[in-house]
Amino acid sequence: MTISDLYSILPVLVLLVWALFLLLSDLWLSKHAPAWTPILAVVGLLLALGASLFLAGKTMTGFGGFVLVDGFSNFLQPLFAITGLLAIGLAFDYLKRLQIHHGEYYPLILLSISGMMLMATAGDLLMVFLSLELLSIPLYIMASMAAPRLESEESGLKYFLLGTFASGFLLFGIAMVYGATTSTNLSAIVATVKAGTYDPTLMIVGSVLVLIGLGFKVAAVPFQSWTPDVYQGAPSPVSAFMTVGVKAAGFAALLRVFSLIFSQLSGTLTPVFWVVAALTMIVGNVVAVAQTNLKRMLAYSSIAHAGYLLMAFVPFGDAAVRQNSIAAALFYLLAYGLASLGAWAVLIGLEGEKYSGNTLDDLAGLGKKSPLTAALMTIFMLSFTGIPLTIGFWGKFYLFRTAIEGGFIGLAVIGLLTSLVSAFYYLRVVVKMYFTDGDANFHWNYWVSAVALFCGLAVLVFSFVPGWFFEMAGKAIMVGG
Amino acid sequence: MTLNLLLLVTFFPLVGVLIVLLLKPTWKNALRWTALATTLITFGLSIWMLSQFNSSSGEMQMEFALPWFNLGGNPIGVHFGVDGISILMVLLTTFLTPLAILSAWNAVSEKVKGFMAFFLLLEAGLLGVFLSLDMVLFYVFWEFTLIPMYFLIGLWGGEKRVYAALKFFLYTFAGSIFMLAGILWIGLQYGSFDLTTLAGSGLIPASAQLWLFAAFGIAFAIKVPMFPLHSWLPDAHTEAPTAGSVILAGVLLKMGAYGFLRFNLPLFPNASVQLAPWMAGLAVIGILYGAAVAYRQKDVKRLVAYSSISHLGFVMLGIFALNLQGMEGAILQMVNHGLSTGALFLIVGLLYERRHTRLLENFGGLWKILPVMGGLALVTTLSSVGLPGLNGFVGEFTILLGAFKSTVLASPWFAGVATLGVILAAVYLFHMFQKLFLGPVIHEENNKLKDVSIREVLVLSPILIMAFWIGIYPKPFFMLMSPAVEKLVALVQSAAGLVH
Repeated sequence: MTISDLYSILPVLVLLVWALFLLLSDLWLSKHAPAWTPILAVVGLLLALGASLFLAGKTMTGFGGFVLVDGFSNFLQPLFAITGLLAIGLAFDYLKRLQIHHGEYYPLILLSISGMMLMATAGDLLMVFLSLELLSIPLYIMASMAAPRLESEESGLKYFLLGTFASGFLLFGIAMVYGATTSTNLSAIVATVKAGTYDPTLMIVGSVLVLIGLGFKVAAVPFQSWTPDVYQGAPSPVSAFMTVGVKAAGFAALLRVFSLIFSQLSGTLTPVFWVVAALTMIVGNVVAVAQTNLKRMLAYSSIAHAGYLLMAFVPFGDAAVRQNSIAAALFYLLAYGLASLGAWAVLIGLEGEKYSGNTLDDLAGLGKKSPLTAALMTIFMLSFTGIPLTIGFWGKFYLFRTAIEGGFIGLAVIGLLTSLVSAFYYLRVVVKMYFTDGDANFHWNYWVSAVALFCGLAVLVFSFVPGWFFEMAGKAIMVGG
Repeated sequence: MTLNLLLLVTFFPLVGVLIVLLLKPTWKNALRWTALATTLITFGLSIWMLSQFNSSSGEMQMEFALPWFNLGGNPIGVHFGVDGISILMVLLTTFLTPLAILSAWNAVSEKVKGFMAFFLLLEAGLLGVFLSLDMVLFYVFWEFTLIPMYFLIGLWGGEKRVYAALKFFLYTFAGSIFMLAGILWIGLQYGSFDLTTLAGSGLIPASAQLWLFAAFGIAFAIKVPMFPLHSWLPDAHTEAPTAGSVILAGVLLKMGAYGFLRFNLPLFPNASVQLAPWMAGLAVIGILYGAAVAYRQKDVKRLVAYSSISHLGFVMLGIFALNLQGMEGAILQMVNHGLSTGALFLIVGLLYERRHTRLLENFGGLWKILPVMGGLALVTTLSSVGLPGLNGFVGEFTILLGAFKSTVLASPWFAGVATLGVILAAVYLFHMFQKLFLGPVIHEENNKLKDVSIREVLVLSPILIMAFWIGIYPKPFFMLMSPAVEKLVALVQSAAGLVH
């Protein structure tokens, strides 16, 4: 291990050290100055953000190929840090209001983000597995943080059981790939595949198992069934964090692993992805229509958006389209993440003391009582739908463009039609807020509102200048390909 | 860089939006005056644009082009331009919007701030639709107009407003997603989203044109609306507030017809020629169907809404005659319909404000009580019927002439059957007028109704003056559009030569 090895994981290192330090200091802080734990966590994330920006534009490998710093990780790492910052902004008031304030929440978030950041740089299948565990284990705890509330315990347990099950598939898949190519290092596998000295059967079985493992994490159909229960039961800020962070990390792994080592198998895998993407879009959107609980609706919407992301992924084997496919997915993650965190922020403000206030009817009259909040929620819903002058429109524009560029017009049409279905349930939120009388109760909190405002402005403003983000996403080139 | 007039026209309403947002919600008159002043200045700017316009050229003028960003190698640009076709649509928009706002002066007394803000946003969106020459930019404006209109119907509409607003949104969105797929496909295949590059370039092969025509056509046909995609219209028009109905009928429907003229004909000429009889057939069905259903309506506003389907059928017939007369008539009829139907909706609105009902059976004999309004309504009805000397006649006559002579349609039946629509229009519109204004006063409460105020006369009279102007001396309007239409016809017919 050399200094440059440590340098390559600088943001992760900062977070790990800071998380451990925070865990220790919280023992004292929780009794004497509980407000300081989140503040220190924010400082830690800002440092990690700085470190990740410091690595921007650099390309290097560390730990003998275990870590790859490239345009891809440069795009994702700051995104993870910002997600963490927003998640902390969402959590503080909520945890206090519902009297489930545990100082451990903040170090756990830092640990989970360090796992996500590591995932973005993973250059080895074992690294993929390790970072997946590092990001998941803190989340198992966080999901059940509202214990003894049964739903929260159920959420944590369900997520844990299915998560470990998925990890098992992933590990099994990795073992198969190792068996097929005698290596777990991505570039070594690429070399073996190019040389043609690998066992194709084992490779295909391995790739499918890896797909199943990661499919659980990104909530792709048919591995999505845990999502609504977990998102509904977990404390809302945790769900908000999961919809964005875990999804992005899961896609980071999927993009990295499949575009690099399984691109030769695209002839076999593309139809599989096609079906999975189509099913995910259809199931997510259609089932969301039937939801009256907003958390469950957002959960199904997150499944649906995973489907859109997978659509960009279908042409991953086509060398001419691959770069656009990666860039479109990354851009969409950004667009989706902003809208999702914003929408969850509004939900968090609506949630009452007894975990009430998250049905559709609880939105009634919000337009009159808190016009700004309702306006922001409208922006998020329109962005989810993909209506112009929101960043979500450009996100879908790029995704559909990529699918059509790859020659998958049928899939793009399915995507467009399911967008139409989604317009129905997203607009229902708008209808409730503005066209129905009621007394929605928004618990105004400085930080929650700040997060919602930040996301709302970003969704609007970025839609006028999407060029810069397209360019950044376009530079997210992976090394080792 | 000199100040571009088109940008100024398109985005000036947003200045008003900003001011409206800064005002207090309780300052209702300040909000109204701001909106009115903004739209009047926008109208002034569009007149200035007209004065700069060279009507002897069929090319795009006052163009503004700036690269916006690149997406995977495709440049997407902010490209505006105006020609003889779009300038009329722009003028129609800027002309009707201040009148619509004036009509809502007292009718909208709650949430005035939101109403004015959405109305100005809508105007900016509509102007953007008519002026943008980049397909992506066009799509952005096209979809954006949905949002303000959705709220205008949903917040200030009638009883079934929520249903109507959702139906309007979903129908239009359903159409536009196919257009989006078409736009993306063209952009990827031919490397450009720019209309001036693609139109008439012959880049798009005939084999691809049919599908693309369908993808774009479905979006536009829903908006027009063409039979059988019209079912959103009666609900949206009936439930929208009066000012909303005026803009919806006056301008929003023209987006669809304009889309056919701007995209389908020049980009897919072969498919246009091939499908023209089908489109014209649907148009004729729409004319008869709209008229028949309009006659059976008990609600005045629904009657006027169905009359739009019939009138827009004439427009579509004119467009797909694919000759000079047909298209010129269609474009003029787009303006005419905006004026006449806008005025009809205004009159329905006046009656509703006074009586809070729109059912025909609740009226009758109003002529004696409201003589001024009766006179205005009579002129409006006659203009919509197509009486010679008024605007509707010129448009419909030219369309029918074009359809008779059309070599593409190659059958007098289209025009022949459509002519029936002119008679039917007289039937349902006079039926309406008779039920409202003639006969004895059946209902006691109608005796107390007040005749039109000066503000209300001010709203209606500019429209009626225009109706007379076009009816008596339509030449300036034809001169304005004809170079651009000639160019379009030449483009389509040269492609048609390839087909046959």
